[in-house]
Amino acid sequence: MTARWLRDERVLAALVQLVVAAVVAAVGMWLVLGVLADLRARGIAPGFSFLGQTAGFGIGEGLAFQPTDSYGRALAVGLANTLRVAVAGIALATALGFVVALARLSHNPLLEGLARAFIDAMRNTPLSIQLVLWIGLLRTLPPITQAMALFPAAAATATAPDPPTAWLLLSLKGAAIAWPRPLPGAGGWLAAAAGAVAAGIAVRRWRSHVRDRTGAPAHHGVWTVAVLASSAALAWAVLGPPAAWDLPRVEGPFRYAGGYVTTPEFAALLFGLVVYTGAFIAEVVRSGIQSVGIGQREAARALGLTEGTVLRLVVLPQALRVIVPPMTNQYLNLTKNSSLAIIIGFPDLFSVGQTVGNQTGQVVAVVAIVMAVYLGISLLTSLVLNAYGRSVRLIER
Amino acid sequence: MRSRRSMPVLVMTLVLCTALLPLGACDNAGTEPAADVGGPAEMAADAITVSATAAALSDDEPPPAATSDGLLATVRARGTLRCGVQNELPGFGFLSPEGEYQGFDIDFCRAVAAAVLGDAEAVEFLPLTSQQRFTALQTGEVDVLIRNTTWTLSRDTTNGLDFGPTTFYDGQGMMVRSDLGVSELAGLGGASICVGAGTTTEKNLGDAMRSVGAEFTPVVLEDTAQVFSAYDEGRCDAVTSDKSQLAAQQTTLADPAAHVVLDVTMSKEPLGPAVLQGDAQWADVVNWVVFGIIAAEEFGITSTNIDEFMASEDPEIRRLLGLEDALGEGLGLANDFLVGTIRSVGNYGEIYDRNLGPDTTLDIPRGVNNLWTQGGLLYSPPFR
Repeated sequence: MTARWLRDERVLAALVQLVVAAVVAAVGMWLVLGVLADLRARGIAPGFSFLGQTAGFGIGEGLAFQPTDSYGRALAVGLANTLRVAVAGIALATALGFVVALARLSHNPLLEGLARAFIDAMRNTPLSIQLVLWIGLLRTLPPITQAMALFPAAAATATAPDPPTAWLLLSLKGAAIAWPRPLPGAGGWLAAAAGAVAAGIAVRRWRSHVRDRTGAPAHHGVWTVAVLASSAALAWAVLGPPAAWDLPRVEGPFRYAGGYVTTPEFAALLFGLVVYTGAFIAEVVRSGIQSVGIGQREAARALGLTEGTVLRLVVLPQALRVIVPPMTNQYLNLTKNSSLAIIIGFPDLFSVGQTVGNQTGQVVAVVAIVMAVYLGISLLTSLVLNAYGRSVRLIER
Repeated sequence: MRSRRSMPVLVMTLVLCTALLPLGACDNAGTEPAADVGGPAEMAADAITVSATAAALSDDEPPPAATSDGLLATVRARGTLRCGVQNELPGFGFLSPEGEYQGFDIDFCRAVAAAVLGDAEAVEFLPLTSQQRFTALQTGEVDVLIRNTTWTLSRDTTNGLDFGPTTFYDGQGMMVRSDLGVSELAGLGGASICVGAGTTTEKNLGDAMRSVGAEFTPVVLEDTAQVFSAYDEGRCDAVTSDKSQLAAQQTTLADPAAHVVLDVTMSKEPLGPAVLQGDAQWADVVNWVVFGIIAAEEFGITSTNIDEFMASEDPEIRRLLGLEDALGEGLGLANDFLVGTIRSVGNYGEIYDRNLGPDTTLDIPRGVNNLWTQGGLLYSPPFR
C-alpha cells in the first residue's frame, strides 16, 4: 500500500515538474560549461569584464560617444539608437496601417486598388531588399554643398547668416529640420503648462457637472481648447516666447549646423520598417474591423450616425479587441527587424555589438547580451500591450 | 489558485538561474584547467569550483592552450585546404568575372596547399567579411585566414589567433576627392568618413583624428564594396583603409583620377596569414611555407629556373629544396615541400609582380616589402 501522499495528484505533478526542471537545468549547465571550456581551449578567456575597456571606435550617430568611452557605453548608445527607431517606427507604422486599412475597406475602387497593391508589394518582398532600395534612393540626393533647401527662410541680409537658411535642408548627409531651441525663460513655461493642465482638468470636471445637473451639452473639447489657448496667451504675454526656431544651414564643405539632423541611414531604416510593418498592420486592422458584425454598422447607420462616427464610436472599439494580439506581434517584429540596420550602416545595438565582439573576441558574451536586451524589450512591449488588451477585452457574463 | 499558476514560473526562473550561474560567476579569473570536456560529474565539479573560486582568486592566469587533433592531419585527410579570403579587393583577393580567385593573398593560399597537399589547386576559398573572419577561424570553418588581416596584440591574445610572418607591410591611409583641396587630416574636421566594420582601421581612425584634434562622423558599413560605393556616391567625404586597399579600390571607382590618397600614414598595418592558437605544428607549417617563398627570392629561385637550382651545390639551397638534411620531416611535410610550391606559385617577387607589380593596374612600389638585402623588411630565418 503506497503512502497516501504519494497517491495525491498534486504531489505527483509537483514531483514530475521538479524532475523535469532538474533535467533541463542539467542540460543547460552542460551546454553553458561546454561553451566555456571550448572558449578557454581556444585561448579566449570568457567573462564580461571587457565591458569596462576602452572602445577605441566612434559611433556615427546617437548619444554623445567618444572613442575613449567603454564598450559598455557603446552598447548603450546602440541600444538607444534601436529604441529610437523602434518607438518612432511603431508609432508611424500604426498610423500608416490604420490609414491603409481604411483605404482598403473603402468603396472607391481606385483607393482600394492602390491600398491592395501597396499591401501586396510591401508584404511579399524581403525587408532587407526594401532597405537597400531605400538607402539607394536616399543616395541620389545632392551633395551637402548643393543641399536642397525646402521652404527657404529669409534671404541673406546684413544680419542673417549667409548662405540663406531654410526650414528643411536635404542632401546626401541627411535631412536637417528647424528645431525649437529653448530660451532662458523655458522653466517658467513648464510651470505655466502644469498650471494649464490642472485648469483644463478642473474645467472639464465643471462642464461634466453642469451637463449632469442641467443636461446642457458639455462641449469638453471647446472648453479645453479655450483654457489651453488662454493660458498660452497669458504665458506668452508675461514670459515671452518659450523657444526660438533654430534654422539649419550648411557649415563648411562637410556638415550642417543648427536644427535637428537625421542621417540617411536612420531615415532609410525608419521608412523601410514603417512601410513594411505598416502593410502587415493594415491587414491586421482590416481583419479587426471586418470582425465586427455587419449588424452593428447597420444599426448605427439606422440611428442616423455618419460613417465617420460609426467607425469611431461603434466599430473601432469592438475591433480593437481583435486587433491588439496580432498588433503585439507586429510591434515585436518591427523591433527585431530593426537589427537589419547593419546592412545599411546604421549603428544600432546589433551593429555595435558585432564591432565590439569582433574587437574583443568575446563574440559569445556579446551575442548573449544583445539577445538578452532584445528579449527584454520584446517582453516589455508584450507586457504593456497585453495589459491594454485585457482592459478592452469583452467580459462574457 | 495563485500557487498553481505561479509554480511553473518559479520553476522556470530557478532553472534559468542555475543554468546561467557559471557564466556570470566566471569573470576572467583563472579557474582549474578544463582541458578535456568530461562527463556530467566533471561538469558539476567544474561548476562548483568556478562558483567557489571566483571570489577567492585575485589575479588573472592565462588560459592554458589545449592541443587539438592536428589540423595538418585533418587537411591531409580532407584533401583540400579551406582558406578564408577576400573576394572584393583587387590585387589581394578578388573574384574575377570568369569565376577565378586571384590576388596576393590567394597565391599564398595556393602556396600552402601546394606544400601540404602537393596541388596548388586543391583549395576551397571561403570569402569572408571583416566581421565574419575571426569567427570563421575560431569555429574551424577555415583552416587558415589569408585575408589582409593586421597582426595586433589583442588579436594574438584575446581573439585566440596566431599570426604567420608578415607578407605585406602596410599602413593606414585616407582617400579624399581631389577637388576638396584637403592635404592633411586636420583639414577633415567635421567630415563624414566611411570605414569598414570590425577592422583595425575603425579603431585607428578615432585615435588619429583625435591626435590632430579633428572631429568627424564615422559611417560604418559591413563589407568593403559597400564602404567604397558609399564613398563613391558621395555619402562620405573621405574613406579610410590600408593604403594598399585604397590603391586597389581606387581603380574600381567611377572616376579614379578624381580621388587622391593623402600622403599620411595613420598606423602600422602588418598584414599576414593567421591560424587558430593551440596547433603549433600547423602554425609552423604555414610560417615556414611563407619563409620558404621569401628565401626563394633571396636565392633567386623562380618558377622558371627552379630545375637548374635542383642541381645546385650550395648547401643552403639544397636544404631549402629538400635535397639535403630532411628538414621537411620536422614539419610533418615531404622534404621537397617547397619545390612544388615554387614551381606552381613562384617566389615572393613573382607573387608580388603578378598581383601588385608595375604591369598591373595597381602598380604599388615595393617600398619596405622588399628583401632585407634590398633595404626592405622581408627576412627569412635560415633553413637549417
